[in-house]
Amino acid sequence: MTAIRATSLSKRYGATVAVADLSFDVEPGQVTGFLGPNGAGKSTTMRMILGLDRPSGGSVLVGGRPYAELRHPLRKVGALLDAKAVHGGRSARNHLLAIAQSNGIPDRRVGEVLDIVGLREVAKRRVGGFSLGMSQRLGIAAALLGDPEILLFDEPVNGLDPDGILWIRTLMRKLAAEGRTVFVSSHLMSEMAQTADHLIVIGRGRLIADTSVREFIGRSSQGYVRVRSPRLAEVAELVKVGELHPDHLRVTAMNTLEIGTLTARAGLPLEELTFVPPSLEAAYMELTKDSLEFSS
Amino acid sequence: MINILRSEWTKIRSVRSTVWTLVVTALLMLGFAVLIGFSLKSSAQGPVPGGDAIMSSLNGGIFASLSMATLGVLVISSEYRTGGIRTSLMAVPKRLSLLTGKIVVFVAISLVVCVVASAGAIAAGLVILQPPSVEASEVVRAALGSGLYLAACGLFGLGLGTLIRHTPGAIVSAIALIMVLPTVSTQLPGTWGRTVSEHFTTNAGQLIVSGGSNGSLGPWSGYAVYLAWIAVALIVGAVLLQRRDA
Repeated sequence: MTAIRATSLSKRYGATVAVADLSFDVEPGQVTGFLGPNGAGKSTTMRMILGLDRPSGGSVLVGGRPYAELRHPLRKVGALLDAKAVHGGRSARNHLLAIAQSNGIPDRRVGEVLDIVGLREVAKRRVGGFSLGMSQRLGIAAALLGDPEILLFDEPVNGLDPDGILWIRTLMRKLAAEGRTVFVSSHLMSEMAQTADHLIVIGRGRLIADTSVREFIGRSSQGYVRVRSPRLAEVAELVKVGELHPDHLRVTAMNTLEIGTLTARAGLPLEELTFVPPSLEAAYMELTKDSLEFSS
Repeated sequence: MINILRSEWTKIRSVRSTVWTLVVTALLMLGFAVLIGFSLKSSAQGPVPGGDAIMSSLNGGIFASLSMATLGVLVISSEYRTGGIRTSLMAVPKRLSLLTGKIVVFVAISLVVCVVASAGAIAAGLVILQPPSVEASEVVRAALGSGLYLAACGLFGLGLGTLIRHTPGAIVSAIALIMVLPTVSTQLPGTWGRTVSEHFTTNAGQLIVSGGSNGSLGPWSGYAVYLAWIAVALIVGAVLLQRRDA
């Protein structure tokens, strides 16, 4: 069963359109990356999924129902939106306890999730003193409290150190492998390339792509050959089809052997002759270049 | 609902500001009872009558009402300040249930603390002033009345906090409505002005403490009028809570 279904979802703030006519499905058993540049409407969409913001049009269902109609929502859906959005005066344990109690989740589950995220030792400390990494773990502990089948993470690796990033990546893969739905937003394609199975890409609040990661790369980008030489201008003249950059030549219409043969015959020395494979990052830049809110 | 109440109880008890504000409320009541008790004792010619001794012991209520209102504001505005309101609404998407839970838990705690603090203040005042005779029923009535009044001031704060969402704005509004404007309203001209003033927030609400009447209203009708003011803040706050994005 489809875990999250958005149908013609839209959100306007006055004259500003944050999300426009957005439709997509999120399926269980895989990590679905929700990708878009900053300001694309990812967080707004997530808040609408969770019933925090009211859509201006369209609808979004979680497990077939609007979020607000779920009886014990945290047992169905767990979410991490903003890790720092906690009352700093409360201890980690009490913070989680209050959330657990609101959904009739047994108190002992608090200890369990503290173990899962590795915060048992600091359970009695006030969360105001937590580092971003610890806050992120606390937020994930809260999301896991109800053992939910659907999980939403909004930019979970922002500001984390490599250890933390690896930990979250592994956790998300594990949750998906258990058959859960994992919906995770990011503005970093490279991050999604290593975590997600499926991608939903938005820009300026509109759907740009809804595809598997593999298709996404294949469809929207191709590799090229990078050529560097102390006599680059002559090489460029010889190759003809290249695109000349200050320190290298970029060729898509020929392979390395063809270029190498050509330059060897002409006796031109090469510093570098490399095939640069297509990357998700390049594919992503290609797709979203028209929809960036602010271009640098 | 019981789940929400347990959750709100955990939230309110696990924050230091709650505990401190309640301690401050109790200390204000007791401190003023002692201070005014001694000052009255030294200035009075002859013994102070029992009724006067009880009322003078409750003078701290002027300030305790503001500390309770502050606590009421913080119960909800601190969630908006930290963003914790989103966590709360994800857990309890039925927003009126969440607000109801907060109200019930807050009122219960406030009533207990304020009645006990008022009784303590009266006891301290009576010990110091040693009036010739005291009616036990009057002591009980005054302690309960003062407790009810202070808890209502807290609830007023909670309503304003829900409505305004920002701590400083809500606290300033609470001070204006509880302390400043009721005094200003006494300057309104004519019988019409006088009626407005007598119905104005704490001018009506305080009658439950003294047990007297102000021309228009008696103790209970005055308290009911005060609760109506509070209900307006809570209802407008609840409507906005339902409609606004969190």
